[in-house]
Amino acid sequence: MREQSENTPLDEEPLRLAGVSKRFADAWVLKDVSISFAQNATTSLVGESGCGKSTLLKLCNGLHRPDRGSVSLFSSPIDYDALPKLRQRIGYAVQGNGLFPHLTARDNITIAAGLAGWDGPKINTRLDELLQLVQLDSALLDRYPHELSGGQQQRVGLSRALMLRPSLLLLDEPFAAIDPLTRLEIHEQLLSALRLEPATVVLVTHDMREALKLSDEIVFMNEGGVHAKYPVEQLLAQFSGQEPELMVRSVLADSSL
Amino acid sequence: MLCGLFGVLLAATGAHGAESIVVGSKIFVESHILGEIAAQRLESVGLKVERKLGLGGTLISYEALKVGELDLYPEYTGTLIRAVFEETDLSQQALQDKLQAEGLVLQENLGFNNSYAIAVPSVLAKSRGLNTVSDLIAHPDLRFGFTHEFMNRADGWPALRSLYNLPQEAVGIEHALAYRAMASGDLEGTDAYTTDGELELYDLVLLQDDRELFPRYDAAFLSRLDLPPTAIDALEPLAGLINEQVMQTLNRKVASEGRSPAEVARAFLLERGLAPKQEEGGAASGMSALLAEVGHHTLTHLRLTFAAVSLGCVLALPLSMALSRNERWASAIQYFAGLVQTVPALALLALMIPLFGLGERTAIAALFLYSLLPIVRNTIAGLAGVDPILKDVAASLGMTTRQQLLKVELPLALPTIMAGIKTAAVISIGTATLAAFVGAGGLGEPILTGISLSDNQLILQGAIPAAVLALLTEFAFSRLTQGMVPAHLRPRR
Repeated sequence: MREQSENTPLDEEPLRLAGVSKRFADAWVLKDVSISFAQNATTSLVGESGCGKSTLLKLCNGLHRPDRGSVSLFSSPIDYDALPKLRQRIGYAVQGNGLFPHLTARDNITIAAGLAGWDGPKINTRLDELLQLVQLDSALLDRYPHELSGGQQQRVGLSRALMLRPSLLLLDEPFAAIDPLTRLEIHEQLLSALRLEPATVVLVTHDMREALKLSDEIVFMNEGGVHAKYPVEQLLAQFSGQEPELMVRSVLADSSL
Repeated sequence: MLCGLFGVLLAATGAHGAESIVVGSKIFVESHILGEIAAQRLESVGLKVERKLGLGGTLISYEALKVGELDLYPEYTGTLIRAVFEETDLSQQALQDKLQAEGLVLQENLGFNNSYAIAVPSVLAKSRGLNTVSDLIAHPDLRFGFTHEFMNRADGWPALRSLYNLPQEAVGIEHALAYRAMASGDLEGTDAYTTDGELELYDLVLLQDDRELFPRYDAAFLSRLDLPPTAIDALEPLAGLINEQVMQTLNRKVASEGRSPAEVARAFLLERGLAPKQEEGGAASGMSALLAEVGHHTLTHLRLTFAAVSLGCVLALPLSMALSRNERWASAIQYFAGLVQTVPALALLALMIPLFGLGERTAIAALFLYSLLPIVRNTIAGLAGVDPILKDVAASLGMTTRQQLLKVELPLALPTIMAGIKTAAVISIGTATLAAFVGAGGLGEPILTGISLSDNQLILQGAIPAAVLALLTEFAFSRLTQGMVPAHLRPRR
C-alpha cells in the first residue's frame, strides 16, 4: 500500500553524464566521462582511491560543476540556479554518516521534509515507515548523533536520505565505517527498502562484495575515467570462482574487455 | 551605513541645552581647578554652566572647543604655539591671529607661567650635585619616566634630549603615577609643571632649564569667539590674579590635602570676593550618596558598553555572514577590523570628536569600532570551521543557501560566535573607562580623576565595579550559551 515514488514518471532517463571533465587547481580528476544510469537500477562505482568516484558522485547532484561537458538529471541538463528544488528528488548519504551534531536523530531525518513544506502528520507517517524499513527503535529518535552507535547513526543517515522518497539515491561509501555484521543487516534493509520504493541508486564503494551484492551493474574506474561497465551477472559468470577483492584488478588489467 | 547607525544614537543621547556655557578642562589637577574656578565664577553671575572636566589631553580639549562642544577651557600659550600650531615661537598677536582663524580667542593671562621642568628628588639633587638640566649629562644611569604627552610632543623629551645631548632612556608613564614611582625609588626624574602642588609633597626640586628650551606657558582661558559678553565680563576680574605661588598652593590643597577641585575653587573665589557667600551646598554625604554615585557611574558604563556591543553585533554579524563565503572579502573585513584595533584609544576618541562631539556618542562610536574585531573574527572563523561534509550534506538535502546558514552553519558556529561577542563585551567594559576622557562619564570618571588626584579610594570606586561588571558579563554569557547550545557542542572549560 506504499505510495509509488512520487517524482518518477516512467521512461525517464534519471542520470547521464556527457563528456564530463573536472579539474581541481591544475589536476584533471575526471577526463571526458560519458555514462548513463538505468532507471531504478543500482550501479556501483568501484576503483582505487583517488580515481574520481566521489567527485563523479558530487557532479550528479550539483555539489561540483563540470569544467567541460554536461550532467543531465531526469532527462534535462541540470539547472544550477534551481538546485534546492532538484535536490529534493535526490537522496544523499555519506561515509561517517554526516549527521548534524546539533540536531536529534528525529530532526536529522525530518529536517528536509519540514523545509520542503510537508505537514506534521505526513512527516510522522513517513518517519514511521522509515523506522520500519531500517529497523530503528523509535526510542532513539530523541538522542543526539553522538549518543548513537555507529550502526544506528548509519540507519539514521539512510533514513534521512530516503525521507523525501527520492527517485535518485547517491551513496558515498555509507557503510564503510561500520562493523561487518551490522553492515550485512543494513544491506538487507536497503535492498528491501528498494524493493518497496524503487529508485535509481549510484553507490560509491571500495568493497567489491558489497558492490556484487547490492548492484545490478558495476562501473570500474581508473585514473580519470570510466574503464568499463558490466552487468553483475556477466561479471559473476566471467570471473566465477575468483575472489571478489581480486576482480577489480583483473578487470582493470584486461584492456580487451 | 555607519552614519545611519549613529543617527539612532544621536537621537537617543540628545544634545545639551543651548544656552548653558560648557566649561572643559584637561585631566590634571591644575586644569581641573582652573575649570572649576571658571565654572563657579560664571555661575556666581547667574550664568548656566555645564562642566566637562577631566578631558584627555590637549588634542581632545582643543578639538572639542573647535567644533563647539566646549565654550572654554584653561590652556597655556606654549602648548598652543608648540603642540597645536607646531611653531617654535609666536608673538602674542600672531598667536591670537591664528586662533581667530579657528574661531577661538585667548582671554587675559591668569598671571602665572606654568612651564615644563624636570623634577628630581631633592636628596638625589644634593648627592649628585644637580642644579641644571645640563648637569644630567654626567649621570646616564638615572631612570626617567615622562607623561605620554611629554614623550611625544615635539617640544618635550625629544627636543630636550637633543638640545642637551642627554644620554638617558625614558619610559612613558601617567603623571600622578610618576610621582608615586619617584617616591618608591623606581624613577629618578620626571617632567613636572612649575606650579605642581606635589613638588613639595614628594620633596622634589626643579632643575633649571639653563639653555632655555621650554617656552613660556602662560595660563589663560581659551574660548570660542562667540562666548557671550556677560561671560567674558565675568572672567575678566580673574586676569593676573593667580601667580605661580597661588597656583602651587591651590594645587597642593588638592594634591596633598585631599580636597576636591570644586572646594578649593570655591574657597579661592570667596576669599577674593568673586563669589557670593552661600550655604555649603546640600550635597548629600555618606554611604547612600556614595552608592548612588557608584550606581550612576555603573549604569552609564553599562549603557555605553551595551550600546557599543549591540551596534557591533548589528553591523558585524550580518556583514561577516554575508562575506564569509568569499575568502577575499572575509580577509579584507578582518584586516579592516584589525587595523581599527591598532589605533590607540585616545587617538580614536580624538578622531571621533569632530563627528560626534563630546560625550556618550563619541565614546560609543569608539567602543563600537573596537568591538568589531572579536565579533568579525569569531563569526568568520566559526562559519569556516563547520565540517565541509556537513555543508555538502545540508546542500544535498535541498536546503537553500539561506537555510544552510540558518539551520546548519550558524547553529554549529554559535559557540564560537558567542565567545566573540563575549570577548567584545569584556574588552568594551575595560576600554569604556577611557570614555571619561571625552566627558562620557562611566566608571572611568572616578578612576581617571582618582589617578590625577592621587585618591586611591576614588580609583577603587571605579575599578571594583568595573571588575565586577566584567565578571558578571562572563557569567551572563556562559548562561546564555548554555541556553542556546546543546551540552555536547559547548566548548569545554
